[in-house]
Amino acid sequence: MELFWYITLMIMLAVYLILDGYDFGAGIIHLFFAKTEKDKKAITNAIGPFWDANEVWLIAAGGVLFFAFPTLYASSFSGFYLPLIMILWLLIFRAIGLELRGQVNNHLWQAVWDKAFGIASLLLALFFGIALGNVVRGVNLGMVENGVSTHEAHYFFLPLWNPTFSPQAEHLGIIDWFTVLLGLVAVVALTIHGANWIIFKTNSELNTKLRKVVFVLNAVLLVLVVVSLLIWHIIEPNPFHNFLETPWLWIFPVITFTGIFGLFKVKSFTKDGLGFVFSSLFLFGGFASTAASIFPKLLPSTNNINPSLTIENVAAHEYGLSVGMNWFFIALLLVVVYLIVQYKVFKGKMDDVGYGEH
Amino acid sequence: MEDMLFYDRIQFAFTVTFHYLFPQLTMGLSLMIVYFKWKFLKTKIDKYNDAAKFWMKIFALNFAMGVVTGIPMEFQFGTNWAKFSELTGGIIGQTLAMEGMFSFFLESSFLGLFLFGEKLLGHKLHFLTGFLVFLGSWASGFLIIATHSWMQYPVGYEILENGKYVLNNFSALFSNPWLWPSYLHNQAASVVTSAFVVSAIGAFYVLSNKHSEFGKLFLKTGVVFGLVSSIIVAFPTGDLAAKNVVEHQPVTFAAMEGLFETQPKGSEIVLIGQPNVLEKKLDNKIAVPNILSFLTYQKWDAQIKGLNEFDEALYPTNIPGLYYAYHIMVGLGTIFIGLMLLASVQLFRKKLYGTKWILWALMFMAPFPYIANTTGWYTAELGRQPWLVYNLLRTSEGASPTVSSGNTLFTLLGFIGLYLLLGLLFLILIGKIVNKGPQTVKH
Repeated sequence: MELFWYITLMIMLAVYLILDGYDFGAGIIHLFFAKTEKDKKAITNAIGPFWDANEVWLIAAGGVLFFAFPTLYASSFSGFYLPLIMILWLLIFRAIGLELRGQVNNHLWQAVWDKAFGIASLLLALFFGIALGNVVRGVNLGMVENGVSTHEAHYFFLPLWNPTFSPQAEHLGIIDWFTVLLGLVAVVALTIHGANWIIFKTNSELNTKLRKVVFVLNAVLLVLVVVSLLIWHIIEPNPFHNFLETPWLWIFPVITFTGIFGLFKVKSFTKDGLGFVFSSLFLFGGFASTAASIFPKLLPSTNNINPSLTIENVAAHEYGLSVGMNWFFIALLLVVVYLIVQYKVFKGKMDDVGYGEH
Repeated sequence: MEDMLFYDRIQFAFTVTFHYLFPQLTMGLSLMIVYFKWKFLKTKIDKYNDAAKFWMKIFALNFAMGVVTGIPMEFQFGTNWAKFSELTGGIIGQTLAMEGMFSFFLESSFLGLFLFGEKLLGHKLHFLTGFLVFLGSWASGFLIIATHSWMQYPVGYEILENGKYVLNNFSALFSNPWLWPSYLHNQAASVVTSAFVVSAIGAFYVLSNKHSEFGKLFLKTGVVFGLVSSIIVAFPTGDLAAKNVVEHQPVTFAAMEGLFETQPKGSEIVLIGQPNVLEKKLDNKIAVPNILSFLTYQKWDAQIKGLNEFDEALYPTNIPGLYYAYHIMVGLGTIFIGLMLLASVQLFRKKLYGTKWILWALMFMAPFPYIANTTGWYTAELGRQPWLVYNLLRTSEGASPTVSSGNTLFTLLGFIGLYLLLGLLFLILIGKIVNKGPQTVKH
């Protein structure tokens, strides 16, 4: 039962990453590459009717985490207090940037909200990557000092950084060189992903340039991924033990690299949606590989006193989990129907949607 | 420790108060937009479709504000109330996760279609998307109040040895006697807000002699919706909700009513007075004898327990706050019924649009349903204190154990600054939309 909810939660997070990921990426493209009003229109049109529903995957995944693994929800949300609240602020800025831009026809007003939307998107991509890095690295559960827990075994609190920015320091921080590296992976990967979405959904003049951007960033991404893999063992002495014990898990790394290598052919793709498929494969594969490498842990402990949080020791009680399956399947079926309707109505190119012209 | 709890409470109270300014309008307004759209489909008179379009603009802005201020609510259960989430997550997480899965997906998927899809979908399907957005927002309210009701009157649970609350009866969450009166009371109150806002803007247009055709339509619709909803808020839903408090939280009821002593020959209803908790009495009291007993038990001399009959450890934490919140809500609710009755009479006599003083009153009344809704929620929340889960888990036991008060104050100040900015932008933009007014489109 825990396993079912674990897989469900991971799939929901992966869907969130792929869907809202293109929104963040579009925001980053908007920030760095959209020069003309036409470029900007193309980008906001491409995500306009979708971003709100995409964000719901985060809320829904949060809800499932809350009810299926309440101890993990409580521990991680209070422990990562500051970055989570800042993510909230950024989500607010990003959303109002999108929503308010078109409400007043004044180029100063629009310049402000363009920047709010773009910068918030960039920082969100960075923060989500850093968050993933924190989960992989682990935290000092129970806040052990000199061999003694100062809090209950599953609680902790992390400041934003420690002065050494080292993932191996005695007092950890949210931001260290390892988590920032994963943050950069996320920024580059989502920029590529967003560019692919814009190419897919618009006939913008920007598209030719974006294909070049995807190609170059893809090379950067490959380097970053290889570097992260090489230094992973500093964080976790035996990062691949799950893959060695359960060989079918190799499918996830294979998917990841299929995504990257596929994208090197971006300039010769005849179908505009193909790039998006490959960057989705990369995101899904990368996320699943990371989750698989620490399984069954959900939040590793960096001390020897308190055990890591695993799917067994943070799950809710049996009855709640099984009764939850009933409504979850009904809800999921409905969600699939909504998605089909939504993407059918807004299928194809979106240049004429007129987002923000209220 | 005390400081920490104080900032945690203030932050939640502040963010949820600000958040609920928006859903209370969108829930009611979605119903009214669906009505305008339905009227258009039936009569084919363009005015109704144009009215729907105008209100959709206001709806969209409110909805966006509701979404962005709503996400922090779900996060804060974990960030600030970790102990509460850990202990009760198996239960309240259930209804909160259902809200995400059932209503947020529904609303967000069809809102895009509703706002941008009129040309693509045609009017009938467009009406349907509006209806689905309405359904999603009311389902959301339902699941939030199911969660709230479990905290007020816990059902279908057992407590394990390690202190965790686990669910043992899923359907009990939805047959909770607290749920239905509270839900209907809240939804009717949400329609009150939207009806007053629609009538206020109608009155503004008629009085300023601008868009007066739409002004009259808004007035007529707003007054009818307003009359029906303000009556339903009081009776039967408010009445039933209050009877739940009498039965399950009698000490809260005594504090709400300012009843320091049991009155053997039946209790008076207090209209005005200031609670003096030290001396256990009301200062400057104006009261009507026996009415409270009659309203509660339909008997003039029925006894209602005063605060003197309870252990002080069980008293609501903030008796004056609770008393004022409740009295402001009830007082305003009564004024709403009175004003809407007068306006309806004039509407029926076809004299409403010329009765200037009623139009002025309707226009200035717009902020007050927001106050009534907010104080209504304060009544429920302050009434539950000092408990998070009534009689089982104290608020002081629910906060996050590792988040220091300095960090909470930091985020609280951040939220205050951010929300002030949001509120200011919101008012400017609403002003802009209202000033521009509904646009007549030839179909």
